Amino acid sequence: MKLALRELRRRPGRFVTATVILTLIASLLMLLGGLLDGLDSGATSAVLAQPGDVIVYSSGSDESFIRSRIDPDLRGSVDGVEGVEGSAGIGVAQLGARVPGAGPRDLADVVVFGHELAPDGVPPLDELDAGTGWADVSLREDGVREGMTLELGPRRTPIEVAGFVDGLQYSGQATLWVDPDTWRATLNENRPGSGLADGVFQALVVRAADGVDPEQLAGWIDDATDGATTSLSVEAAAAAIPGVEQQRSVFNQIISATVGVAVVVVALFFALLTVERIGMYGVLKALGARSSTLFGGVVLQAVAVTAAAALLGVVVAVALDLAIPAGSIPYELSPARVLGSVASLLVAAVIGSAFSLRRVLRIDPASAIGGTT
Amino acid sequence: MTTPTLQLTDVRKTYEVGGEEIVALDHATLTVEADEMVSLVGPSGSGKTTLCSIAGALLRATEGRVCVAGRDISDLGPKELARFRLESVGFVFQSVNLVPFLTARENLMVVDELGGRRRRRDARKRADQLLEELGLADRADNLAGQLSGGQRQRVAVGRALMNEPELVLFDEPTSALDTELGEQVMELIRTEMKSRGTAAVVVTHDDRITRFTDRTVRICDGVVEA
Repeated sequence: MKLALRELRRRPGRFVTATVILTLIASLLMLLGGLLDGLDSGATSAVLAQPGDVIVYSSGSDESFIRSRIDPDLRGSVDGVEGVEGSAGIGVAQLGARVPGAGPRDLADVVVFGHELAPDGVPPLDELDAGTGWADVSLREDGVREGMTLELGPRRTPIEVAGFVDGLQYSGQATLWVDPDTWRATLNENRPGSGLADGVFQALVVRAADGVDPEQLAGWIDDATDGATTSLSVEAAAAAIPGVEQQRSVFNQIISATVGVAVVVVALFFALLTVERIGMYGVLKALGARSSTLFGGVVLQAVAVTAAAALLGVVVAVALDLAIPAGSIPYELSPARVLGSVASLLVAAVIGSAFSLRRVLRIDPASAIGGTT
Repeated sequence: MTTPTLQLTDVRKTYEVGGEEIVALDHATLTVEADEMVSLVGPSGSGKTTLCSIAGALLRATEGRVCVAGRDISDLGPKELARFRLESVGFVFQSVNLVPFLTARENLMVVDELGGRRRRRDARKRADQLLEELGLADRADNLAGQLSGGQRQRVAVGRALMNEPELVLFDEPTSALDTELGEQVMELIRTEMKSRGTAAVVVTHDDRITRFTDRTVRICDGVVEA
């Protein structure tokens, strides 16, 4: 092992090519991960921030807020289910918003969220007046400022921006958090065909009692309502947003392929180095070195080179995160993503270097003294 | 009477090549006493390297008994042979083969690092002592590539002696050196072996270096001549 580390220290030039290529792969991996997380967050963050464990839709709605209707009777049934600690109504209206100062056809896409209970990161309802709302910070890119009045939908329903909330988007669109009456009025004015009576919400956010599994509670709720509801845990509801699963699947396949390329790079590079070292390994084996010791050195070098490349990749990814203006590209670099990428690269290094094992095992110590076979 | 350091008895080594049996060593018998230096001389392909490899626990004999330092190693497995080499045999190879990115001292210490058994401070002390004996004290921190051919071969001799072996095998130790340097190295080898009472086998096809050894054994077509 010391031998392998000394070679890294004294002959760094030998490992530059692999380090550069692996740094590019690490950067790409983190960029892809950051984009996936950014897109995912842009699609699901408003749902994931809900202050509950289960989202209840009406059956036949395909887990879509727009198609779902929960009337007070149904809500009463849900609230009566054992394991339900409480529920809060929620509803959305996807509309185009006219921003003062912007062109007449330059609409900002906004999802108006009517809510009874403020999600994480949104001030409580009692801090919000009727006709006002908290806007997602991404609306700043569209020129929205605090105190500004947006005109929503074809009926130009005015809603004043009371302030901003951070990172709450739905299906790739900015959100505007208003009280239930403002939301219902906005929806009824602009989407008369989807209008709702007082007390009716599109969905319920249900809090589970302590120790109750949300997945299990979702089943109990649907059983109790005789199939009038379709309930999902908050995570499952986020995944059910159209396009989210497909997006995750495509990105994860690309990320897996990138890790696969890292395995190939490590395998080829260290196989080549092992071929170059056959003479040296033969001598070391003749002196008494075991194959496991020599192979351990190869793995150690592969892991060290990959770790250095991963570290450089993290620097690139973080620099990119700082350089990208907020809201311009859906790029979100989380510590979990960085750690996951580094870990997958290190696993790739171990797997890649394992391709040299057979070659190391086959080196005959007798070859050190002139080749006898 | 002391036990011989190397005792090959009726050793045979064969290889299968294209379904045909090639005899590399044919019932070879050789005894090397402790403190004895033996030249093994023969033309290319005569089997001297094979005999040296078997004596050094690098190869297993097809038939016959091989005893080194009083231990029968004929039936040892690869791991046990590696351990045996690490502890009991020293090698000096034809093409020197120092680890290029290590200093002279580290090339000596690598034997201990491979074994992982001696304390680093002890190994360093012993390496420095050997380099001093070999006239390389001022080159201890030089990388292998910064040493001359003769200095490299002297480091290789030091490496072979690091584990205090009972038998040292030299494979054409002067073939890469000019005549004068070759003679200096052989003189050094003889001095070091004799001062330690270590048995040595020097494989060569150069009759000129046989004068540095106690006895010459000739080998031809795998047959050791009496």
